[in-house]
Amino acid sequence: MLALREWLDRLLGTLRLRRADADLEAELRSHAEQAGDGYASRLAVTQSMDAMRDRRGLPSLHALSSDVVFAWRQLVAHRIVSGAAILSLGLAMGATTAAFRLVDAVLLRPLPIAAPERVAFAVTWFVDARQRFDYYDSWDYPTYTRYVALVGDRADLLLVGSSSPTEVVPPGASQPERVNRQFYSGNVFGVFGLQPAVGRLFGPADDRTPGGHPIAVLAFDYWQRRFGGDPQVVGRPLRFGGQILEVIGVAPEGFTGTEPGHAADVFVPALMNVEPLDKPGWGWFRLWVRPRDGVTLASVERLLQADQLRDQREALALLPPDAPPQRIAAIKSRRVELQPAGSGASAPQKDFRRPLFVLASLVGVMLLIACVNVANLQNAQALARRREMALRVSIGADRWRLVRLMLVESALLAVGAAAVGTAFAWWAAPFIVSQLSTADDPIRLALGLDWRGLAFGLGLIACVTVLFGTLPALRASAVTPIDALKSGGRVTGHRRLTHGLIGAQTAFCVFVVFIAVLLVATFARLATHPLGFRPERVLVAEVDAPPSPQGPARWAAVVDGVRTMPGVESVALAGWPLLRSNRWRADVRAEGQPPQPDPAYLLNVSPGFFATMQMPLLAGRDLRAGEGRPDIDAQSRPRDGVAVVNESFAKAYFGGRSPIGERVSVEVRPRIRASVDIVGLVGDAVYATLRDPIRPTLYVPARQTGTAALLVRTAGDPEAFASALRRALGQARPDAHIRLIATQTELIHRQLLRERLLAKLSGFVAVVALLLSAIGLYGVLHHAVILQQRPIGIRLALGAGAGHVVRQVTGSLLAAVAVGAGIGLGGGLLFGRILEDLLFRVSTTDATALGAPLAVLGVAAALAALPPALRAVRIDPARTLRAE
Amino acid sequence: MANEETQAKAGVLQGTLDLMVLQTLDTLGPQHGYAIAARLAQVSSGALQLNMGTLYPGLMRLEQRGLVKGSWGTTDANRKARFYALTAAGKKALAKERDAWDRMAGIMDVLLRGDA
Repeated sequence: MLALREWLDRLLGTLRLRRADADLEAELRSHAEQAGDGYASRLAVTQSMDAMRDRRGLPSLHALSSDVVFAWRQLVAHRIVSGAAILSLGLAMGATTAAFRLVDAVLLRPLPIAAPERVAFAVTWFVDARQRFDYYDSWDYPTYTRYVALVGDRADLLLVGSSSPTEVVPPGASQPERVNRQFYSGNVFGVFGLQPAVGRLFGPADDRTPGGHPIAVLAFDYWQRRFGGDPQVVGRPLRFGGQILEVIGVAPEGFTGTEPGHAADVFVPALMNVEPLDKPGWGWFRLWVRPRDGVTLASVERLLQADQLRDQREALALLPPDAPPQRIAAIKSRRVELQPAGSGASAPQKDFRRPLFVLASLVGVMLLIACVNVANLQNAQALARRREMALRVSIGADRWRLVRLMLVESALLAVGAAAVGTAFAWWAAPFIVSQLSTADDPIRLALGLDWRGLAFGLGLIACVTVLFGTLPALRASAVTPIDALKSGGRVTGHRRLTHGLIGAQTAFCVFVVFIAVLLVATFARLATHPLGFRPERVLVAEVDAPPSPQGPARWAAVVDGVRTMPGVESVALAGWPLLRSNRWRADVRAEGQPPQPDPAYLLNVSPGFFATMQMPLLAGRDLRAGEGRPDIDAQSRPRDGVAVVNESFAKAYFGGRSPIGERVSVEVRPRIRASVDIVGLVGDAVYATLRDPIRPTLYVPARQTGTAALLVRTAGDPEAFASALRRALGQARPDAHIRLIATQTELIHRQLLRERLLAKLSGFVAVVALLLSAIGLYGVLHHAVILQQRPIGIRLALGAGAGHVVRQVTGSLLAAVAVGAGIGLGGGLLFGRILEDLLFRVSTTDATALGAPLAVLGVAAALAALPPALRAVRIDPARTLRAE
Repeated sequence: MANEETQAKAGVLQGTLDLMVLQTLDTLGPQHGYAIAARLAQVSSGALQLNMGTLYPGLMRLEQRGLVKGSWGTTDANRKARFYALTAAGKKALAKERDAWDRMAGIMDVLLRGDA
């Protein structure tokens, strides 16, 4: 307590808020006069003053504060240079901070639950259509109940539904609004150790009977946003379509569900999702595992994998005897793995893990470029201040004192830059999040600044200070007074540092630009990728309807109704829209042909689909109303159908000859094959995603009993037609629920979300990096050549040819540029391998990717080096020498 | 740190300067630095000669800790001098320090004379 008081008082003393020197001296003089022993006392006054001054303040802090004041004056004296340094460094630090906030919010931040490090979620690894490892993490309810029995009391298995948008009518409202609903099994809140903010949370007793627990818990944010935190909301009804749930409580603040990027609004007991409960293969939730005390995750994983192996044997037994080896290998490659879920588990995490990593890397390198730039500036200034440093050394400053002086200056720069950067990041991180969102899939992230962000910011300042401050500080402090005070003394060791900085600058820049070019080219290729249909003016509606035998007839009536609406050119039905990542694959055989290695794609379409999508009919005819698709009947007997196929199908199955009138068989259920007559041939078109290669595809007649997609080609703006279509659907099928209305163009846009974002951001980083390093390179080269003006003058005086001299002097500098560029390219090629699956039809050896960055840097280097070199040549040698 | 060195040089037992100054101010009431030094020289029969470099930083430390309060005034000889007075916290600290000293002195007494 006393010590603290003393320290505070001395702190005030340091800040000159305590007794002035004159006051101290007056007291000592008064003592000396009373003692009256003349000269000895007066001497003691002077000597005691030092002890008093030290006592009054905090000497170490005092020295530091005078360093800060001095450094501040230096920065202000060179305010243009300092401003430029702070701005460029600030931009880079801001980008780094924004990248950290995103990475932290999406991937790193632990969920606010009990023991987040002990939870895991189950995934199944498999080999995808492009022969790459991928995993799916959605599970069906029958598997869940089997696993619960299998695992017993070794672990808690949690059913964690995906946080998916759905329409709800909240209490007191008449219009539905969109919320993210998440189904949880009854044990989730308990295992997570969460306490309600209001009311209660549901437990195991609230999740026993299918459809028997009409209750819901609100997320804290939604409660605040929509109900203003009114506790009276407990006990009131939420209406989901025909289902009415009673609000029983509010989840604690900070808990936004388990999916970073898809914050949940409403939690509902899992058994209220009645429809998929008895459907094997209908995946709708993630399976989370929390082992009990003393049980390891690995032992639970082994149990699940053993069950998976049994599944595999069943699947293999169901394969036809001549099944292609790829399919057998694909089934055998499946493996269950428990992945850590402490930071949540979500689709945005999976989709953006790698892009975020790439962006963070690029931004990190950009920060290095900015650091090198500032190091250059500091270095040049240190050179200019050699005499000042020498003077300090000669009056007794030790080296550490000089290093500290320089580092304080660097730290001031870094703090200034951090302020600029924080402002930039404040704006940039939410902006990037908004770029990721689409109308029906809004990305909602908790970006709030907490101690993690603060710690990162402080760490960043420290790192940056050390990165750009240390070398110049050590260099500046290594002066020997005699050398520095000598006019025009040689600058020892300077060239090596200069060359290193030039090389590093070039390497970093070439690396960033190279990667950015790859990503931008990928986006360009995907955006101009031929689709095989015309997406303009097509409006798409995905509609969920309860399945019924009258479904096909009712849908046909809807199609007929929409066709007569004004502004409609044509309308068709499909199982789902193109480019929605849905796929229906099946084994298809042509009589007397060897089996194909991969399954073919199928799509349910109604008559008029090809006309609506404007896919060219090359031969044969369109499907007709009343035609059937390959299927099974109620007794599991195959039912034959017809199909229109694409060109790839004709090529793969019939060697390119006309498939019209040919017959193929489709495996409609394991080991049950139905015959299909081919009636038409259409051009190739993309199906599930833009990246998938175009596969042999059968378009078969749609017999939609429940869910369907309505495709409308409009005469005018498709978006303007959306509300009319919504009304018409509401009248024609009041039992249905519209999941999505969007233009086909928007669906394509959405496919390119990740690529567009990567292209935009990496392009931005690359332009900034190029600008920074061109400026930096210009500065260093210019400075280096100016330092060389004297040797040039000497050589010219001795009779050397001008061109020869310039080449010799600038040669080593340009060599440093070349070496740096080589290293940067090497790094880029290596890194390119890591991001290969983010690329599309761009190879890392693409020549166009190499040319642009090299050209820009070359021009910057030439502009920087040549003018001073030429000036040196034109100067009269005698004058250069006289200047010494 | 510099302060402790000067104390040691002056031959003042570590930590006793504070106690001596506080006790002096308690006995004599508010006093200026010279008077405190004179008093200490007097009671020690000249054995304790505090120099300025020890005394004044010591007073400053006591002031920084809030145990004494300094203010300018005039001496009997009509000279300007800075007078130090005990604060309430200073009185409390003095009592505590005195008890601690007594206890320590008792222990030292027993130890050195070997009575027990």
